[in-house]
Amino acid sequence: MITIQGKGVSTGVGVGPLYFYRRATTELKRYTVTDTDAEWHRFKGAQTAAIEQLGKLADKAREEAGDEAAMLFETHQMMAEDMDYEEAIEGMINEGVNAEAAVADTAEQFAAMFSAMDDSYMQARAADVKDVSDRILSILSGAVQGGIDSEVPVLLAADDLAPSETIQLDKSKILGFVTSKGSGSSHTAILARILGIPAIVGLGDSLKPEYEGRSVIADGGTGAVVIDPDDETRDRLLKKRDEQLRLQRLLETLKGQPNITKDGKSVRIFCNIGGPEDVHAVQVNDGGGIGLFRSEFLYLNAKTYPTEQEQYEAYKKVLEDMDGKEVIIRTCDIGADKQIDYFELPHEENPALGMRALRISLSRPDFFRTQLRALYRASAYGKLGIMFPMVTSVWEIREAKKLCEEVKADLHANGIPYSEDVQIGVMIETPAAAIMSDRLAKEVDFFSCGTNDLTQYTLACDRQNNDLGRFYNPHHPAVLRLLKMVTDNAHKNGIWVGICGELGADLELTETFLAMGIDELSVSPRAVLPLRNAVRMTDTRENGPKILASLEDDFTPHV
Amino acid sequence: MKQFEYTVTEPVGIHARPAGLLTKEAKKYKSTITLTKDGKSVNVLKLMALMGLGVKCGDTVSVTVEGEDEETAAPAMEAFFKANL
Repeated sequence: MITIQGKGVSTGVGVGPLYFYRRATTELKRYTVTDTDAEWHRFKGAQTAAIEQLGKLADKAREEAGDEAAMLFETHQMMAEDMDYEEAIEGMINEGVNAEAAVADTAEQFAAMFSAMDDSYMQARAADVKDVSDRILSILSGAVQGGIDSEVPVLLAADDLAPSETIQLDKSKILGFVTSKGSGSSHTAILARILGIPAIVGLGDSLKPEYEGRSVIADGGTGAVVIDPDDETRDRLLKKRDEQLRLQRLLETLKGQPNITKDGKSVRIFCNIGGPEDVHAVQVNDGGGIGLFRSEFLYLNAKTYPTEQEQYEAYKKVLEDMDGKEVIIRTCDIGADKQIDYFELPHEENPALGMRALRISLSRPDFFRTQLRALYRASAYGKLGIMFPMVTSVWEIREAKKLCEEVKADLHANGIPYSEDVQIGVMIETPAAAIMSDRLAKEVDFFSCGTNDLTQYTLACDRQNNDLGRFYNPHHPAVLRLLKMVTDNAHKNGIWVGICGELGADLELTETFLAMGIDELSVSPRAVLPLRNAVRMTDTRENGPKILASLEDDFTPHV
Repeated sequence: MKQFEYTVTEPVGIHARPAGLLTKEAKKYKSTITLTKDGKSVNVLKLMALMGLGVKCGDTVSVTVEGEDEETAAPAMEAFFKANL
């Protein structure tokens, strides 16, 4: 048994034969050309073909691994047609260098520039330049692409794999990646994490070609690669793999299951989204609805105010796609850390304490009316809730509701359909709203606690300031006590209360929220199943009273 | 010529993907868009040179927009920087 140690960059345990990636090797030819024009056209032809291939790879990557993986190849396309890169090649060809040598030398130059940078991420980009250039080179020389020639799934070994190489691989044949070079930000690592298979990089010379075909276990958690493992090691790591697979399968089996505790308390688990394109993730992860649709994405992605029609279409699409499940849309939350030029907001010393969110909406009623009209028109296509951000006073809600009534009356007068059952809610994210929650509860149908801002405003800690360390702690009892107070005030008035901040997905607090009686937790789509699991493991009779009593304690942060 | 200053908030700086987005966005305009950091200027259409600047989170860069559509291109680019970088 031989154990070699690398850096685990994607977790999981892979067991199988080790297989070295077969790379098409071509000897670089160097010669002098006389017809430099023809040589330049030969390069341009190969460059065009490479850009086309990359376009197809981008499509494939988008299908298999999503937009982020596709962007990689789109960036490669842009590198292949980069002006400086092309100029350097053109210059060499004009001096009589053949296209292959010109591409290879230019690739070296640019790779050297990236390698020399003091940033490990940028250093890793040297591999991109070489990958793009190798593609052009293999087209120029007519070489074939490498791959895996094996009947059984393997642990794939290589020095490092280029993105174009990884995407062309038959994924069903790969149990994991082990590479001698590479880093946590190399493409092999990124792809492995997307595919959910183990990857160990940086094994160096200890990854020897003679291990080819031998039985290997790779543990992406610890970075250990064991060649010819003994029975005990094998059993231990297999057990670990089974445990992880069991957890994955368990989460899969939770799809379609209720979010109910052992003592029968149920909670709704909804999702936070930024736009219509996120609905797919909500469905895949079995989210029960949308607890927070950040409508500001419509404004952030636009060059000027989005029209009523544009907004209506986006809202309608989400409502239709969610097929009758609840969708809560937050009205425009601009200001503070989200600034948009065309709003022409005056400069503020303290934007977090300034003109933001509902304050802007109420100060610009025409702008607000446009969004409300779009929302009510869309309400005919599903189950809509509208939530107002950054509320501190009861009058603000009354004024917002008055505008809603005006919009509805106008739609009615014009014979435009809308739903009469739109729920109205307040986002509780200021201490003022929490303290006033007994009064606010009489005005609305629900509360949703935005814990990120509630923490920032309660603890007087700027959430963007990383230096505040132990002073910024969302588990602070001041925050938790406010949440408890809000929940009690909601329930006394017969309305429901949810959490849509990051705290909702914090499994350390799930039991606390259940003990408080929170009705809904809205989290990022991939947090739904782990949270459902945590809910189903909880019995609030066990620790509930103790947890609620602990809110009365002093507070010592864990450092 | 239009100009604005921008402090990068993208945690990994202007690396491959954000740089690619920026180059793609800049292609929409006729104006020449130049990014300057520490006295070094590059045309943002030149992806590799742009990546070569090594702009990190927290770096302040100056962006100039010059050309027939600069009146529309400059605010649009500024919004793009704020939304993506």
